[in-house]
Amino acid sequence: MSDEKKHATPMLDELENGPWPSFVSGIKNLRDGHPSGRVNDMANDLLGQLEHSYETRKGYWKGGTVSVYGYGGGIIPRFSEVGQQFPESKEFHTLRVQPPAGHHYSTDILRQLADSWEKWGSGLVTFHGQTGNIMFIGATTENTQKFFDEINDYGFDLGGAGPCVRTSQSCVGSARCEQSCANEHKIHRMLVNNFTDDVHRPALPYKFKFKISGCPNDCMSAIERSDFAVIGTWRNEIVIEQDQWKKYVDKKGRQHVIDNIITRCPTKCMSLKNDDTLEIDDRNCVKCMHCLNVVPSALSPGEDRGVSVLIGGKRTLKIGDLMGTVIVPFMKLDTESDYERLVELAESSIDFWAENGLEHERCGEMIERIGLVNFLDGIGVEVDPNMIDHPRESSYVRMDGWDEEAIKWFEQKRDQSLAAAGSPFGNNTTD
Amino acid sequence: MAKREMRKAIETGCPDGFQYMHPLMVKNFGQWKTHDHPRPGVLRHIAKSGDAIWTVRAGTQRILDVFTLRQLCDIGDRYADGRVRFTIRSNIEYMLADEEKVAPLIKALEAAGFVVGGTGNSVAMISHTQGWLHCDIPGTDASGVVKAMMDELIDEFKSCNMPNRVHITTSCCQINCGGQGDIAINVQHTKPPRINHDLVANMCERPSVVARCPVAAIRPAQVNGKPTLEVDEKKCICCGACYPPCPPMQINDPEHTKLAIWVGGNHSNARSKPSFQKLVASGIPNNPPRWPEATAIVKRILRCYKEDARDWERVNDWIDRIGWPRFFELTGLPFTKYHIDNWRGARKSLNASSYVRI
Ligand code: SF4
Ligand code: SF4
Ligand code: SF4
Ligand code: SF4
Repeated sequence: MSDEKKHATPMLDELENGPWPSFVSGIKNLRDGHPSGRVNDMANDLLGQLEHSYETRKGYWKGGTVSVYGYGGGIIPRFSEVGQQFPESKEFHTLRVQPPAGHHYSTDILRQLADSWEKWGSGLVTFHGQTGNIMFIGATTENTQKFFDEINDYGFDLGGAGPCVRTSQSCVGSARCEQSCANEHKIHRMLVNNFTDDVHRPALPYKFKFKISGCPNDCMSAIERSDFAVIGTWRNEIVIEQDQWKKYVDKKGRQHVIDNIITRCPTKCMSLKNDDTLEIDDRNCVKCMHCLNVVPSALSPGEDRGVSVLIGGKRTLKIGDLMGTVIVPFMKLDTESDYERLVELAESSIDFWAENGLEHERCGEMIERIGLVNFLDGIGVEVDPNMIDHPRESSYVRMDGWDEEAIKWFEQKRDQSLAAAGSPFGNNTTD
Repeated sequence: MAKREMRKAIETGCPDGFQYMHPLMVKNFGQWKTHDHPRPGVLRHIAKSGDAIWTVRAGTQRILDVFTLRQLCDIGDRYADGRVRFTIRSNIEYMLADEEKVAPLIKALEAAGFVVGGTGNSVAMISHTQGWLHCDIPGTDASGVVKAMMDELIDEFKSCNMPNRVHITTSCCQINCGGQGDIAINVQHTKPPRINHDLVANMCERPSVVARCPVAAIRPAQVNGKPTLEVDEKKCICCGACYPPCPPMQINDPEHTKLAIWVGGNHSNARSKPSFQKLVASGIPNNPPRWPEATAIVKRILRCYKEDARDWERVNDWIDRIGWPRFFELTGLPFTKYHIDNWRGARKSLNASSYVRI
């Protein structure tokens, strides 16, 4: 491209200074070094518009409606408000593409995606957006369909955009992490792929996200960022290798161990014995992960593993930030029917919310509005003291159903201790 | 003209990751024993089978052009068995079965300008949002903020000298795609939207805009005989929630759109329950191309945290121990009436005890 055609970008040029890799240099490489004139021109006008934003401190993209044939979502349409000045990037839509679970790639598949993308799009891509999509940034309306057709043929599909089930995220977990208590990969795909229709055809009150973390470290921020968080956990004793533990105490000293582990346990359930062995009162361990993080060589999650499910996390809009709250304290995920029960729980939650949520109301906001008990009623889950921090503090409530509820509780307890197979959602002691 | 026969989508959803996963990870799936951290940017995981896999993590510009993507692939082919993954903070990870290749891989990455680090007690890559490059509502450019800040924090990314890991996030509007962080740099609008009345009538579905406002400050109105909206400026909290459904509600302003800094968001359950971030500083100019004022405050908070926090304390754990008065004293940031919450549930954030730190 001739120099006079290139937009001057004095402000963006400042972002080429400094040691961190620069996205501005990357866009310039597309402008100056790519064999396709279409890509060069698109990158040039993109830089021009971005420089204009830096100068005026304003954004110039607006939304619109673009989708691929048969789908209602998955594309973030972007039309420029200053397209007259920057015509080559005036249609600059993003395709949200669902990544493989766990975000694993071979270099071969990345090259294949790069080849398709430079053929039809801008050549700019992000792994991944905040929801977990591969973000192919910048295609015209016409090429959006062509790019999708091409990558869809070799196994990639669009994620969600709009009021629908969104792309999910799961941690590396079992693939490489000793803390994992679940098969995140399988949970991720079973959940989101059960709702493919709801991903592609937005018809829910608002967005709905699944996130899966293999342990309570919650590397995926599932509790604070998803409507349906699945967290791997365990319910028996932490596995302690006392030899390794003693080695650690020996190396680091008792004071370090007391200051950094024993006194940091949120429920004070650990004690360092006089012979330097470790004792844990596992009944009071809340599986916070701290001690396991500090000494992975000696401590591992217990072997009786499963998941907790929390519902209703979201960010600020509209009533303020909400964390997800416990709906299922513990359930096993060993058999296919266990997994099906998890999918059914997701189905009944989404169905209930689809019917009772207001427009633009997240699931957590609906629960806030109608109360947790009504939600539990709606999805057929019994109350459990693990769902609360503490019982109610206000006496302003009508309680004339008390006797029946108390009987229900005792019956439930009895059933649990009798049932060999146990109730669908945990507390079952034998499977 | 006859309509072209459209190709029907194959609705496969989320692809199976096993087909791309490193063979050692497939082999030892669910059977890992422990890990250690030989040096910043490198993890070694040991499986129950005795297999070991090395992971090398590197920061990139996140918005990758195809050349950079192919360069990352070339490096992966030469040193890392042709398998990679990406972390939630957009770092690339290479997995290696062969320890011998770790050092050459690091050398190749650094020679190509990538930054090896981001593991353990480092300042991790700032998680970022779209901004002016691509979103339709941004008040700033997250990519630029992140690049400028990472230039200054790169040594903390490459080393592990913090008391615990530090996750920094950015968001270019109050929807806050960046999420919770130990430190979050977020747009904060300070003036109500200016309304372009000429456009409201033909662009916006008025009832849904009215419904979007968290404080019911928007009313339908008539201007010059045309239906439009008006904002009760006394009620308006300048959140910008009306802007996405109604672009004529101009909330972004070159002068009055500011940045605010929040601290203590923590997604993990370790030691305490997950926590939301809390406001500590606002009124910070939105100052492209390098946002020096915001970076200076972030660095000041990091310095205090690094000096004063104990091992394993995340920012929220540290402040829980030392208390907010001491936080403001150490950082020298002003404490104002805006720090006192008045949103729903605010009473839970007030001190209803005689516990004071004086
Ligand atoms: S959430 Fe737990 S299992 Fe998953 S990667 Fe993080 S520490 Fe490992
Ligand atoms: S996991 Fe947490 S709660 Fe359980 S023993 Fe360890 S530190 Fe205590
Ligand atoms: S934080 Fe706001 S402006 Fe930034 S990408 Fe997200 S929605 Fe867009
Ligand atoms: S900026 Fe927020 S508070 Fe003000 S009118 Fe818009 S939605 Fe309402």
